[in-house]
Amino acid sequence: MIGVGKVKQYGNVLDKPLNKGKQEVSLSAFAFLFSELVQYNQTQVDNIGELERRLEDAGYAVGARVLELLCHRDKVILDPDMRGYYSGQSSSILSLKDLSLGMGNRRETRLLGILSFVHSTVWKVLFGKVADSLEKGTEHEDEYMISEKELLVNKFISIPKDMGTFNCGAFVAGIVRGVLDGAGFPAVVTAHFVPMEGQQRPRTTILIKFAEEVLQREARLG
Amino acid sequence: MPPVAPRSGDAIFANVERVNAELFTLTYGAIVRQLLTDLEEVEEVNKQLDQMGYNIGIRLIDEFLAKSNVSRCNDFKETTDVIAKVGFKMFLGVTASVTNWDADGTCCSIVLEDNPLVDFVELPDNCQGLYYCNILSGVIRGALDMVSMKTEVTWLRDVLRGDDLFELQVKLLKHVPEEYPYKDDE
Repeated sequence: MIGVGKVKQYGNVLDKPLNKGKQEVSLSAFAFLFSELVQYNQTQVDNIGELERRLEDAGYAVGARVLELLCHRDKVILDPDMRGYYSGQSSSILSLKDLSLGMGNRRETRLLGILSFVHSTVWKVLFGKVADSLEKGTEHEDEYMISEKELLVNKFISIPKDMGTFNCGAFVAGIVRGVLDGAGFPAVVTAHFVPMEGQQRPRTTILIKFAEEVLQREARLG
Repeated sequence: MPPVAPRSGDAIFANVERVNAELFTLTYGAIVRQLLTDLEEVEEVNKQLDQMGYNIGIRLIDEFLAKSNVSRCNDFKETTDVIAKVGFKMFLGVTASVTNWDADGTCCSIVLEDNPLVDFVELPDNCQGLYYCNILSGVIRGALDMVSMKTEVTWLRDVLRGDDLFELQVKLLKHVPEEYPYKDDE
């Protein structure tokens, strides 16, 4: 019965000032909510692929809004110590020099700029820390990876054996895709577990494969 | 050993791991939008949100009891007070107050001025029948169910519907007598 109910009387939500974004809720509140999101979506699908796609869609909606929110909030405060880019064997290290940090009231237009925005600013705001690493794939020019040793959404999740490669990180992949798409960098974004030597839990890698047009534009910009 | 004193909501909140409220808010928004797309009927969405809240409530009560040191409440007044002062603070970082008691002490209102679920939210015209925060009432009902109290929780006021506050009416239907032997002892 969409369409019934009281006529709204409140002011426009856009008239409200954007607060500083410092409010917090307990991690358990988020974990309980996220677990309901996963469980509900499990009832709506018959295979893992579909479940991941639905979680990604939910994340996309979050990402699109996060981009808007952060671009409108005057100054995004960045921590001075944004170090710790992971150097893996299969990738080249991106140094801080390559990344133009900082953003205020504007949207990034360059590839490395938007990647650092996701890896640093978005991660810091959503997860309280900069992502563990940002790497460029060495085999494909259009692939980049953001990795996290313990991704927030996987913290309380264990994957039953019969669900194979399912990764709740699909939700975060969706957030990344939402931010990138909204900023004009369409990409295919997926989440994968990568086993770590000497560690019990695998890390989660968010693989970003940019659309061809993005790389062409980047090349034109020089 | 003397009994451990119950901890204040502020003290617990200061010591638990926390996340940015915007991640929580936007994730909840994504859930509500998915439900609206899947179920189409606002009434069905209200029901599903309540069910999800109930599922959370029956799990959340364990963490609540473990971290708060709250022991058995003497009456329903104490129960609602603990929900408002400790429960809301501990999980959502906000404080609620309890008012509008009826004469026999079985029905009251929990009033929230601040509600992290509704930041950035405006109900579109075609969703006016939606109880956007219905998950909260489900949580309270589920959690109280686990401590042998059957309750009915309804929204009386909602800022998204043009009211000045959020008001949840909590009505105690009955105490469920505990059955012996406890399942755990079997």
